[in-house]
Amino acid sequence: MKTVKLSSERLGVSNKQPSGKIKMSARDVKVFYGESEALHGIDMDIYENEVIAFIGPSGCGKSTFLRCLNRMNDTIDVAKVTGQVLLDEQDIYDPSLDVVQLRARVGMVFQKPNPFPKSIYENIAYGPRLHGLVETRREMDEVVESSLRRAGLWEEVKDRLDAPGTGLSGGQQQRLCIARAIAVSPEVILMDEPCSALDPIATSIIEELIDELKGSYTLVIVTHNMQQAARVSDKTAFFHLGNLIELNKTDEIFTNPQDKKTEDYITGRFG
Amino acid sequence: MSNLMLAGVLLMLLALAYQLGLTRSRKLTTDLSGQKVRLHSRPVYHGALVAFWTVVPAFGVFLLWRFIQPGVINQMIIAQLPEAIMAGMTDSDMRVFLRRITHLSSGFGLSDQPQPHELQAAELLSVLQVRGHALMLALMASLAAAGLYFSWQQIHPDLRARNQMERVVKVALIACSSVAILTTIGIVLSMFGEAMRFFAFVNPMDFFFGTTWNPRFQTAGTEGQTGFGMLPLLWGTVMIALIALLVAIPVGLMAAIYMSEYAPSRVRSVAKPIIEVLAGIPTIVYGFFALITVGPFLSSFGATFGLDIRATSALTAGVVMGIMIIPFISSLSDDIITQVPRSLRDGSLGLGATQSETIRKVVLPAALPGIVGAILLAASRAIGETMIVVLAAGNSPVLTANPFEAVSTMTVTIVNQLTGDLDFASPQSLVAFALGLTLFVITLLLNVIALVIVRKYREQYE
Ligand SMILES: Nc1ncnc2c1ncn2[C@@H]1O[C@H](COP(=O)(O)OP(=O)(O)O)[C@@H](O)[C@H]1O
Ligand SMILES: [Mg+2]
Repeated sequence: MKTVKLSSERLGVSNKQPSGKIKMSARDVKVFYGESEALHGIDMDIYENEVIAFIGPSGCGKSTFLRCLNRMNDTIDVAKVTGQVLLDEQDIYDPSLDVVQLRARVGMVFQKPNPFPKSIYENIAYGPRLHGLVETRREMDEVVESSLRRAGLWEEVKDRLDAPGTGLSGGQQQRLCIARAIAVSPEVILMDEPCSALDPIATSIIEELIDELKGSYTLVIVTHNMQQAARVSDKTAFFHLGNLIELNKTDEIFTNPQDKKTEDYITGRFG
Repeated sequence: MSNLMLAGVLLMLLALAYQLGLTRSRKLTTDLSGQKVRLHSRPVYHGALVAFWTVVPAFGVFLLWRFIQPGVINQMIIAQLPEAIMAGMTDSDMRVFLRRITHLSSGFGLSDQPQPHELQAAELLSVLQVRGHALMLALMASLAAAGLYFSWQQIHPDLRARNQMERVVKVALIACSSVAILTTIGIVLSMFGEAMRFFAFVNPMDFFFGTTWNPRFQTAGTEGQTGFGMLPLLWGTVMIALIALLVAIPVGLMAAIYMSEYAPSRVRSVAKPIIEVLAGIPTIVYGFFALITVGPFLSSFGATFGLDIRATSALTAGVVMGIMIIPFISSLSDDIITQVPRSLRDGSLGLGATQSETIRKVVLPAALPGIVGAILLAASRAIGETMIVVLAAGNSPVLTANPFEAVSTMTVTIVNQLTGDLDFASPQSLVAFALGLTLFVITLLLNVIALVIVRKYREQYE
């Protein structure tokens, strides 16, 4: 797509292939909500510029693990995380690490589209302004345009950047949220069931978008939709009852699962 | 029969009728051949319906009678007064006369010797009252009996007592809400009527735009009275309310932000009720707190800076009133801030904003309309507040921009004009109604604006 190429030049990213370099890794990550242990020691390596999907029955801890990767669990009073999570070999739970910087590098898109009740422009400008990424209004205009282009939303909203973001349709709102995350040039983008609140058409547009973003960012996507995982991801991780059961190349998982539970789940025998 | 006894009898009748309805409908559940019959409505509904028809119409007669009887009796008494006496009486003489014979007939007595025609009328009054009461009792008894009999007769397996009770409940609810609404309308209308009487004495332009408040007592009835300029009072009211808001908005808002965003739930559950206690302190207590503590403190505090602050001043009243309305702002804003969805906060935090950045840039702007609404509600509360200003504002109705001076407000003036020796026909007391009406319109407008804003805000997240 032409627009996307244009914008990727602007953002200074090129379509790289998975480099084989480990971007994030988790070692024996456990999460407690109060007394109850929701994750029982997860080990996982996430490689740079690949798309990894988390699947599993609901309540198995996918979102919980995802939130460990940018420390969003810190915002939940009762949640406690143990173990190690590394981003570029640096422990993100190290007290010396600035969580604000971390979340700029590891962006997040939520299940329900949550645009701020501000204009479309302000929604995108929010992050860059916080982190002082741009100096002038002109630079900001450029960031807003390129982020919206990358999210495939530019053509639809370029004439009404001052309109409230909350006035867009659900699918447009979710793309706005993706654009908002992209605007701070993150290295990793976490998406927690980004399509579960959307209709099938909006879903397929978001899936296309994920495909476009592939290779420029490391993407972690939680989904309850196995076709979606199969369509968009390079690797798939299957969670069950707070454990990581299996992690492999997506075609391997779906054609030749190693674990009985995985097989049962993807053939629809439970879930 | 005294009213209390009557009430007792009606209650007993209620219970009896209910029981009768209940028993009869229970009997109907088996027919003559001993077969089970399904009732449309459960027996309790039949009982309730019978009780309703027995007591409510009779009670309605009671209310109506109480309302109408005095007027009718007065008319009858006046009708039989000798022509000679009638001729010399004005309206107010007539009122005095009626009051005197009421005192006579109730055995209250008079301070002077009653005249023969008064004694006669008083006697007639007691006779008529006794007769009226008896007539009322008879009517009530027959209505109750008829209601009981017919509704009891009506009981039948197919009778839709349940649906009928539903209608009764609905009518009762409507009646209660009408009472509240009609009272409001009645108050406004009576204020309006009295205010119109005031404007017969004083030109509305002079009242609304006059800058001197100095109503001297002149003989009632003379037109073109002066000294009724409302502006000094309005300005006093506005200035004190503004000072109060200057105190209450920052404190209340910060408290609300702390409570909703930072406070651990244990702190919140203790601190929030404590703040709300402020709203429960009687305003007279605030008043003497202002008079005895805050006023002298501000005065001596000002003296150390060479400022001349009166102990009773707009500042004193405003500061104390500000403390009083803190809970209105903090508690409402707290609710509104808590209503801002978590997903918005997560969105901001997920982009790397700190907590205070999130509050400043996302939560507060989203909650702003609601907070403005809360502030307007607090403002209308401040404008109508009386006791604090009576005690602490100094009661000096002059137009001044200096908050360290004594001022007066509309509420204080209303109190002043309506206490002491009164002639309710003079503009000096009628002005209270004009002031009250103005105050009412101001607070009503503030409330309406606030409610519209708050409602708009509510819709935003639905
Ligand atoms: N904020 C929370 N407080 C307490 N328990 C939670 C919270 N969030 C999730 N949990 C629990 O943690 C487990 C995993 O939840 P989650 O990560 O949301 O699952 P998934 O996203 O796979 O559906 C569930 O048992 C859930 O009840
Ligand atoms: Mg989830």
